[in-house]
Amino acid sequence: MRVRTESILPYSLLAPTLIFITLLIVVPIFQAFLLAFQTADGEFTLTQFEKMIADTSFADALKFTFLLLIFIVPAQVVLALVMALLIHTRFKGHTFFLYIYALPLAISDLAAGIVWLAIFTERGFLNSGLFQLGLLERPFLFLSYQNLPALFSTLIIAESWRATAIVMVILLAGLQVIPRDYFEAADVFGANTLKRTLFVVLPLLRPSLQNALIIRTIFAFQTFAVVLALAGRVIPVLTGEAYNWYALNRNANIAAAYSTLVLIFTVIATVVYFRLLRTSTAEAGFD
Amino acid sequence: MNKRIYRIAMLAMLLTLLAACAPAPTPAPTAAPPTAAPTVAAPQALLFSSTQFNPVEEQEKMRTVILKDFTAAKVDFVVDPTEAPFMDRIIAEQKTGKITVGVIGALHGTFPNLVQANALEDLTALAAKLQSRSIVKEFMTLGKLGSDKQYYIPWMQATYIMVYNKKALPYLPAGANVDALTYAQFAEWGKNITTATKEKKLGLPAGPTGLMHRLTQGYLYPSYTGGLVTTYKSDDAVKMWTDVKAIWEQTNPQSTTYNNMQDALLSEEVWVTIDHTARVVNAFKNKPNDFLAAPAPAGPKGRYYMSVLAGLGIMKGTPNKAGAEALIDYLTQPVQQAATTREVNFYPVLETGLPADVPAHVKLELDGVVKQSKASDAKVALLPIGLGGKAGDFNKIQQDTLTRIVLKGEDIKKVLDEEGAKLNALMAELKAACWSPDPSSGDKPCQVK
Repeated sequence: MRVRTESILPYSLLAPTLIFITLLIVVPIFQAFLLAFQTADGEFTLTQFEKMIADTSFADALKFTFLLLIFIVPAQVVLALVMALLIHTRFKGHTFFLYIYALPLAISDLAAGIVWLAIFTERGFLNSGLFQLGLLERPFLFLSYQNLPALFSTLIIAESWRATAIVMVILLAGLQVIPRDYFEAADVFGANTLKRTLFVVLPLLRPSLQNALIIRTIFAFQTFAVVLALAGRVIPVLTGEAYNWYALNRNANIAAAYSTLVLIFTVIATVVYFRLLRTSTAEAGFD
Repeated sequence: MNKRIYRIAMLAMLLTLLAACAPAPTPAPTAAPPTAAPTVAAPQALLFSSTQFNPVEEQEKMRTVILKDFTAAKVDFVVDPTEAPFMDRIIAEQKTGKITVGVIGALHGTFPNLVQANALEDLTALAAKLQSRSIVKEFMTLGKLGSDKQYYIPWMQATYIMVYNKKALPYLPAGANVDALTYAQFAEWGKNITTATKEKKLGLPAGPTGLMHRLTQGYLYPSYTGGLVTTYKSDDAVKMWTDVKAIWEQTNPQSTTYNNMQDALLSEEVWVTIDHTARVVNAFKNKPNDFLAAPAPAGPKGRYYMSVLAGLGIMKGTPNKAGAEALIDYLTQPVQQAATTREVNFYPVLETGLPADVPAHVKLELDGVVKQSKASDAKVALLPIGLGGKAGDFNKIQQDTLTRIVLKGEDIKKVLDEEGAKLNALMAELKAACWSPDPSSGDKPCQVK
């Protein structure tokens, strides 16, 4: 009898999460997936994908989504790693910096987009500041469609500010579970900080890095509100197009086709990370 | 061994959950039979769902001033400014048969979607009852959405006008009258400003939720070509896009981020613009001494302008239909129509015209609105009719045309051919007839010539 209660316990503890995820995530995913392959009347079709690919913004959306990904993910992971390592040294006042670093986590992405819009717009904080310092004669147009590199850079800055924190938190958590013994052993063998970071910390941090990369890449595919606020229609991205088709053009099927495409890319990226950063149980669990 | 059992148990659990979550057969969309309304002393509740009046102050004006004297029901006024959640709620209520919404207040362009969702009562009887109110006839016809049923009763109207900063006046082209500009003069004005200030100070609402496509549909195309669909790739249209490119040359490149022009006017990023009256009014409100309103420019075929109409519909199967009808009756009374102009800056739909006692910022804007409608060459273009749930697809064609020609610099003829073909396919699929100013196509779909 006792054995039975014990074997049921884990499932009953898991059940609420499982029910929640199934109802609010798994079921909608299936429904969205089905929508992408249906006509408005519910018949099976591939025309939604044909329409999606033929759309004026599709090629650009695809290009910019991947460009953002290529620029943002590595930059953020390196930045987050540096921040996490710094916090992990537990220097005086490190908790203050931890809070500052983690602040963007609490801000919704559209709000972040609008904050950055207020900074980069023609009469925004940045231009006013530079003007008052006498560095500019007239405002510089960061958000002009005629200056795509500048516009794109603002996106990368805003996105990095917004989403580096989550990567840092994951990496910091990973750092904190590495037993101190490893560092002590490294010290005993005379490793300097660089060597210790390269040969002890990084390998042991691989499971966390993997998680951080997966989560960050998924988020990068979902980047949308910041782009919408700063770049409007000039820089389309895949999720932004899904939103436009659903919210503005009221076509749920093509919106679902875009979402399905994002889903496919996300799955591919996740599998690739799992393969590239494969970790053994020993490494992951330190046992 | 144990692990295996665990896995199987897990899988079984997941499958049960999935089965439990499978969509239940949708109940028939008919509403629950209305329970015989008992005569109660307290007024019944009535939910008024609106896409209009996004700013909180306007919602408060609606609740505390305009709706104050309405006693037939206890009105709960809720605003959902973005169409997606607004529509989702209505569709969900219709699908589940649990109707809470009573009166629906939305723009003309939203009603086709509501008809498609089968969410509207037929208001033909109510329209007959309100006949003595002298609501503008064209607006009543628009409320039928091309059918023989009255789907909505006109509620209030707005339009698009030109707004300029007084600082821009010295740069007007020689001999030009700011109240009677042509699009060519508009471009020249912009050029003069650019030359003098080294900044591009024309502005257009071409952001993601900006209404640039309405300017294309109701202002540029009709003014240059005398039509919209039939003339989509005509020689006049090529000339128009050439001129639009010239205007865009002098337009602040940040225009692709502008959703409403009032902020850009107030920050002086932009001196001259054309936008929806509700999207520039804060400029007049915050700096009444800086800005003036004027009619939109004219093209070779006249000074076309678009009248934006909001209407009131009744949700199909609403639990308080009598209250809903009473509310529509109330809101279309002259007193309430005047209050709407005074408090929230939308204009009446009655033939009696505009009220005299309005606040200063409304008066400033009204001045442009009146000049525009009274201009000797003024002509009205209608909002698209008969597009049903495909109004978004229609707008997208104009948006894409602009993006390709103006932003990407593609060949005008090639773009118009390609987008014109899309337009033809869409109109043929919808079997939508032409609307003014396109010449009537009878019962055949409107097609690009």
